[in-house]
Amino acid sequence: MSTAIKWFWFASPQTFFPLAGTIARACWIGAALLAAAGLYVGFFAAPTDAQQGEAYRIIFIHVPAAWMSMFLYVVMAFWAAIGLAFNTRLSSMMASAVAPTGALFTFIALWTGALWGRPTWGAYWVWDARLTSELILLFLYLGFMALQAAIDDPRRADRAGAVLAIVGVVNVPIIYYSVQWWNTLHQGASVSLTRAPSMASTMLTGMLLMALAFWLYGIAASLARVRCIILERE
Amino acid sequence: MSWGGWSEFWAMGGYGFYVWGSYAVTLACLAIEILLLRRRTREAKA
Repeated sequence: MSTAIKWFWFASPQTFFPLAGTIARACWIGAALLAAAGLYVGFFAAPTDAQQGEAYRIIFIHVPAAWMSMFLYVVMAFWAAIGLAFNTRLSSMMASAVAPTGALFTFIALWTGALWGRPTWGAYWVWDARLTSELILLFLYLGFMALQAAIDDPRRADRAGAVLAIVGVVNVPIIYYSVQWWNTLHQGASVSLTRAPSMASTMLTGMLLMALAFWLYGIAASLARVRCIILERE
Repeated sequence: MSWGGWSEFWAMGGYGFYVWGSYAVTLACLAIEILLLRRRTREAKA
């Protein structure tokens, strides 16, 4: 069997089901191991921050969660668009499976941001461009889930959700560039591909380990959920 | 290890509430999602 045929073969929910289970199991284990390593580096290897003291240690979950919230939205919109364009059942199921985990990471980013903002800015919440656009992201996830839940016919729910997801994707670059486009309280990007990182290398290592752990967690949770959706629908 | 002892570790230099408040809620969110997924899988298979 050629590779091209194999890909179409896995586009069928029934054949994807066992593969998703295998990948999810590997990702759960990988996420747990990377999180343990990331937390060890974050709490025991990374030094105290000169300006923020120990409060900065929130970064090890705040930044990875914020990255995942944006990344998962793009993944959700991508699968929704593929499902809408090619009418492939599994693509739409993937979009529905990613949404709750994306919403969860958005909530975590907002929550940890509030608890970080209080000691550093003096306020849990400010109506700042970065914070507001991230809150809109949470509402987009919740709107997508509510819209799908409100429509009984799953195929119609997929199409309606897809339109919302695709329109909402415009918010992702707004979140990302909000710290450059507007004068905000939120600091700029901690990590950039074009310049040297602005933090100690152990801090960066801890943050990247946690980001990988969250990434694998996101894959595992989405695949576990798509398996439920396949069982429920087919 | 840069900590003088466990009590210093839990105090987080006076930021314990903010740091542990963040980590506890994150852990709770992930644990709840995993439990809900396990229940949904069990119900879907039944």
